[in-house]
Amino acid sequence: MPDSDLTHDTVIPQREAAQSTEPAPLKLHVPEPAVRPGGTPDFSNIRIPRAGQVDRPSVDVDAEAIRDLAFSVIRVLNRDGEAVGPWAGQLSDDELLEGLRHMMTLRAFDARMQMAQRQGKTSFYMQHMGEEAVSCAFRKALLPGDMNFPTYRQAGLLIAGGYSLVEMACQIYSNTHDPLKGRQLPVMYSSREHGFFSISGNLATQYIQAVGWAMASAIKNDTKIAVGWIGDGATAESDFHAALVFASTYRAPVVLNIVNNQWAISTFQGIARGGSGTFAARGLGFGIPALRVDGNDYLAVHAVAKWACERARRNLGPTLIEHVTYRVGAHSTSDDPAGYRPKTESEAWPLGDPVIRLKNHLIVRGAWSEERQKQAEAEIMDTVIAAQKEAESHGTLHSPQHASAHDMFEGVFSEMPPHLRRQRQEAGV
Amino acid sequence: MPRKTMIEAIREAMDVMMSRDGDVVVFGEDVGYFGGVFRATQGLQAKYGTSRCFDTPISELGIVGIAVGMAAYGLKPCVEIQFADYMYPAYDQIVSEAARLRYRSNGQFTCPLVVRMPTGGGIFGGQTHSQSPEALFTHVCGIKTVVPSNPRDAKGLLISAIEDPDPVIFLEPKRLYNGPFDGHHDRPVTPWSKHDLGEVDDGHFAIPLGRAAIRRQGTAVTILAYGTMVHVAETAAAETGIDAEIIDLRTLLPLDLDTIEASVRKTGRCVIVHEATLTSGFGAELCALVQTRCFYHLEAPIVRVAGWDTPYPHAQEWDYFPGPARIGRALIETLEA
Repeated sequence: MPDSDLTHDTVIPQREAAQSTEPAPLKLHVPEPAVRPGGTPDFSNIRIPRAGQVDRPSVDVDAEAIRDLAFSVIRVLNRDGEAVGPWAGQLSDDELLEGLRHMMTLRAFDARMQMAQRQGKTSFYMQHMGEEAVSCAFRKALLPGDMNFPTYRQAGLLIAGGYSLVEMACQIYSNTHDPLKGRQLPVMYSSREHGFFSISGNLATQYIQAVGWAMASAIKNDTKIAVGWIGDGATAESDFHAALVFASTYRAPVVLNIVNNQWAISTFQGIARGGSGTFAARGLGFGIPALRVDGNDYLAVHAVAKWACERARRNLGPTLIEHVTYRVGAHSTSDDPAGYRPKTESEAWPLGDPVIRLKNHLIVRGAWSEERQKQAEAEIMDTVIAAQKEAESHGTLHSPQHASAHDMFEGVFSEMPPHLRRQRQEAGV
Repeated sequence: MPRKTMIEAIREAMDVMMSRDGDVVVFGEDVGYFGGVFRATQGLQAKYGTSRCFDTPISELGIVGIAVGMAAYGLKPCVEIQFADYMYPAYDQIVSEAARLRYRSNGQFTCPLVVRMPTGGGIFGGQTHSQSPEALFTHVCGIKTVVPSNPRDAKGLLISAIEDPDPVIFLEPKRLYNGPFDGHHDRPVTPWSKHDLGEVDDGHFAIPLGRAAIRRQGTAVTILAYGTMVHVAETAAAETGIDAEIIDLRTLLPLDLDTIEASVRKTGRCVIVHEATLTSGFGAELCALVQTRCFYHLEAPIVRVAGWDTPYPHAQEWDYFPGPARIGRALIETLEA
């Protein structure tokens, strides 16, 4: 039997009437998380293998041969901050320091934007607390021209890809410099140049589009690959299943990521996962190699991303990766986790904090220190605040300077059709 | 000039575009090796290879979803949904994705995509092979909706649709594939080879989207129709002897309002005909536009003739279908008002 770790609902329904001749009346099974608000956080049922334990197969391995990787967790950083095992040893000190800086920048940016939303400078925000390693580390496995089809919680792809913090903030503020002209909800970024597909805000739609983009690259005998992103909850959408069917059928050069952060707004992951042992295991029926990785381990995420991207680039087909992580903050600025999970649950999360873990590793390597960490935190916060101020000089959502009503009518079509021209005239903008 | 069926014309449009533009790809259920259940893509896989024309899993969501991704990459997918009735699983990808990609990304990503779908009834297809969902598309911002009524238009409009930089829904009235349908199901079918609009030029030609065609000049009343109903309306005019002006809209969005307005101002009367159900149908939009633009020229209330507000029935197909008799009664009612 595979590990059924991270499952809060492993209780198998009692077969009460097994011995009697008449079956008992049917009962509906509705999974419940182990603990609710007021309870003591309990992750004791989670089985986490020691770092370095999981094999690193060759990239041309058959999905069949690595079924166990869909039920284990690939980890590189151990409790002592050392990088161990076959997935370790791929990143230099400088690369790791850069990774640390990306995650810290994302965290600082989140803190400032979260506050800006509370101050009424924008309508909405979504932070990444606890999940920074997933998108920041993955981005470093990609090459120019590759395309991500992200969700709203992968801004690390932009930050690690060198996108401007000012442009991000301008988008969040829907101001006069918003690259998306005020048309999109905050954080629904788009940057073709940075390999970041326009975020829909509708869940899961991007997953099948990533497969289509990858198929197009193969049709044109190109070298670029696509990367799809989805959350644990949204894997229940039909788009997820369609994506796996098409990726499997056409062996699309795509990496399909599931970011399992345990919570879909207020709904625990067991509601979407159902009887499947893990989310990664969903790939096995499609013959897609499926791996689980410690999403709070920068080195592990990067190593697994490299492996999967190499498969795609060598025309070996799709890979499914489940990033096991934890959403420390609220889903968005519109919900309060105290209403659905114990307040201290995040502290009990057994995979720790991705920033602290990478920092500790760098200290163990002799490349970093607590003092330099403090110094970097201050520097990064200064950089973020400077970017925020620059963005605010172009206005915020409710300031007089915001995206123009004239632009509302532009860009619906390549050329404005007569009915829209008439409506813009009528609107007087 | 060679005469062709509507299927041949549609196939030619794809063939012409695939040969001119290596970015045009064609796919859908049964579309590849077999050439589609209506044979619209017959021969394309053999000619252009499996990477440009291929079969897909039975997933309309998947077909349109990968097409959106391909279009974002830079290809120009022209995909087939086997029947318009099957498009609902793909609706989110059409409405929330294809239609809005240009807008929401401020032009960083666009979606030059054509979704072909056989539409309408008249073939005893029952409720799952007969629907006319055009109003579900015209209500969506960011897509164009085209409904040809003959082989010549089908080819020219489909070429324009494939060349268009934005997503286009291309609804093919399946009752017209093999011949113009006069609305009398109990009479022999006239083949396109005996109809002037079956004359289709070889090679590349485009009919611009957004321009209607006047199929019959007249002075007594304006009939607004599209697809199959253009021919049924012609029958109604002939049988009642009413000098109707029949406008074939060809493109529902963008709409050629100027041609409509000029005609109704001239005739002072307007009958709107579509096969889709009445309530909230595209006729409601036409009715609102005509009364706003032409109110002081109208001599009679605008009348709509449409499918009844029931699911498309099987045995009762010809009771449901707005045939020449119903249209004729509407014409007389309008003239007597």
